[in-house]
Amino acid sequence: MWDYTDKVLELFYNPKNQGAIEEADESGVKVATGEVGSIACGDALRLHLKVEVASDKILDARFQTFGCTSAIASSSALTEMIKGLTLDEALNVSNKDIADYLGGLPEAKMHCSVMGQEALEAAIYNYRGIPLTAHDDDDEGALICSCFGISESKIRRVILENNLTDAEQVTNYVKAGGGCGSCLANIDDIIKDVQQQAATPAIDNYSVKVATDIATAKQSQRPLTNVQKIALIQKVLDEEVRPVLIADGGDVELYDVDGDRVKVLLQGACGSCSSSTATLKIAIEARLQDRVSKNLIVEAVEP
Amino acid sequence: MKPNEKLHPTFRRTPYRLHTSYYWYYLKILALVSSQLEPMQNNCIYLDNNATTKVDPEVVEAMLPYLTEYYGNPSSMHTFGGQLAKAVKIAREQLAALLGADESEIVYTSCGTEGDNAAIRAALLAQPDKRHIITTQVEHPAVLNVCKQLETQGYSVTYLSVNRQGQLDLNELEASLTGNTALVTTMYANNETGVVFPIEQIGLRAKEYGALFHVDAVQAVGKIPLNMKNSTVDMLTLSGHKIHAPKGIGALYVRRGVRFRPFLIGGHQERGRRAGTENVPGIIALGKAAELELLHLEEATKRESRLRDRLEKTLLATIPDCEVNGDITQRLPNTTNIGFKYIEGEAILLSLNKYGICASSGSACTSGSLEPSHVLRAMGLPYTTLHGSIRFSLCRYTTEAEIDRVIAVMPEIVERLRALSPFKNDEAGWLQAQEQTLAHR
Repeated sequence: MWDYTDKVLELFYNPKNQGAIEEADESGVKVATGEVGSIACGDALRLHLKVEVASDKILDARFQTFGCTSAIASSSALTEMIKGLTLDEALNVSNKDIADYLGGLPEAKMHCSVMGQEALEAAIYNYRGIPLTAHDDDDEGALICSCFGISESKIRRVILENNLTDAEQVTNYVKAGGGCGSCLANIDDIIKDVQQQAATPAIDNYSVKVATDIATAKQSQRPLTNVQKIALIQKVLDEEVRPVLIADGGDVELYDVDGDRVKVLLQGACGSCSSSTATLKIAIEARLQDRVSKNLIVEAVEP
Repeated sequence: MKPNEKLHPTFRRTPYRLHTSYYWYYLKILALVSSQLEPMQNNCIYLDNNATTKVDPEVVEAMLPYLTEYYGNPSSMHTFGGQLAKAVKIAREQLAALLGADESEIVYTSCGTEGDNAAIRAALLAQPDKRHIITTQVEHPAVLNVCKQLETQGYSVTYLSVNRQGQLDLNELEASLTGNTALVTTMYANNETGVVFPIEQIGLRAKEYGALFHVDAVQAVGKIPLNMKNSTVDMLTLSGHKIHAPKGIGALYVRRGVRFRPFLIGGHQERGRRAGTENVPGIIALGKAAELELLHLEEATKRESRLRDRLEKTLLATIPDCEVNGDITQRLPNTTNIGFKYIEGEAILLSLNKYGICASSGSACTSGSLEPSHVLRAMGLPYTTLHGSIRFSLCRYTTEAEIDRVIAVMPEIVERLRALSPFKNDEAGWLQAQEQTLAHR
């Protein structure tokens, strides 16, 4: 028998926020839905969010789950955690946060928490009009586990986010390798590759320069000044982000920096692209958090 | 012959007449072990008897002296140990009687898995020129995983399919047999569905091609009358803890004349067929358990099947969207496997657990595996059903009141979980779309 925490059992026996949210003609409010999982895998979750359009705030969250004890408890926990957050804040909820809220999950059941986090992303992407296929393909990459349909990018992401070190852990988190097992050797290779990349220092001149600037600020035991911060953000945008966007027919311009809020103008193809949320979060915010400060939040300004 | 008839007078004492100092130590050990464990649910409704069974109090009583006073080695050349050989012989006769076999055809093992492994290896070693094995897709891992390993060692294995009722197609067996087939190994009754295979017909076909025939009868022994004397079975595996003996003892029936190469090599115990000092308390327990199974077989079979049928029929009548998995005409009297659509098995089990009811499921989430039951998948059940399949397995201790309790709580459990499920009342067609996609794979 699985060793479940009291919190898991409590939310399994007395789940909170179960059910659907029906679309009502309430002005200024919209309902978003995200579906992940499959009957073949034995886990499926449909998440419903009631969103206040003006503030992007999640007014209510409900779930319908097909799955085991920890799948039901994870879904219930997720809905409790995200009520009251803005969509951007909710996007920062990780599977680890869900597991922590439950006081932990058995390692072999961590995939239930991953399902919760994915359903949340799916619901928010749906709400923002980004097609689910585009969302799935933000993890473009070879299909590694054909039994459960798991791509290389998804495996890489879960390895990075959860500091996984062996294939068995990857199986516990995303099920990859849990079927016929023929992909386990490939998963081992991916883990090795991710570990090597993490261990290899960036070698391009710009990264060295930025790292030197940050190191200098840290050595002097004072935070980056606003001027230094803005300069660094501008450099990262100019030298790391814009070339990629320009190659895709888009562009970005720094509009303002207000504390940790970085406001940008998406231009060209980026301005009208349905994947603009993904661009903001993955291409720009993650990069700036990595290069400048992990507290930065990137927002798009209407042109 | 009565069990203790040939023994030294001191061996006839029951544990209740043990020397007081031994009994005191026994109680101290019990207290020490108990203090390390979580409190047990002594009043649980145990309907998971295909997993394991309660040790019969008479069996405990029979084996206790061999854990305390009579601890000698039956191979020893002194009376203290040598006397135990007589007790082991009596136990062997008790077990042979249950199987309709001769006591010389019994080889004690540590468990069912060892019996299966030993039989398969022995059959191959005895026929080194033959490199083909036939088994089924629904075997226990103790057979399936040995076969998979043998495939990596140059053997070819045919895994016979089963139909929606979990039954074999004898024509498929016939078409698979060749002069190169060393062994046909099938289960007698399936542990998950209780479906019983036509063993004698399988054996007749195996004989036509000169293949040995091994039967994993771990689930069948004690539930179906057996008579090895007029059987086509060459080897048959059983396990003690499925018939109210403790864990750690099993046996392999090996028909006289079948060439047997030992799996465990060492001393010459079990007439050279299984090395290792005998598990005397386990052997005594298995003998007593076999005696009781034979005594109760007819009456228990009728009683269990009546209770099982009542449970099954009532659940099907009171809960919508559920069905019995497996052949309901050819199956064990104590087993029912019911698929409850739209919900997942582990969630059902944990809900039952809250009421102190123990059952089992073929869902992936109940095991370390991420794949649902290979047995139910081989039967071609839709995913909608197989993830929510629950096995109730009864024994001679199961009462009417226990069955009533399960009947009372199951509808509420299913309703609660279905209310949580996105697949129940699935207006958006999410489930239907998925099943259709899967059906085309």
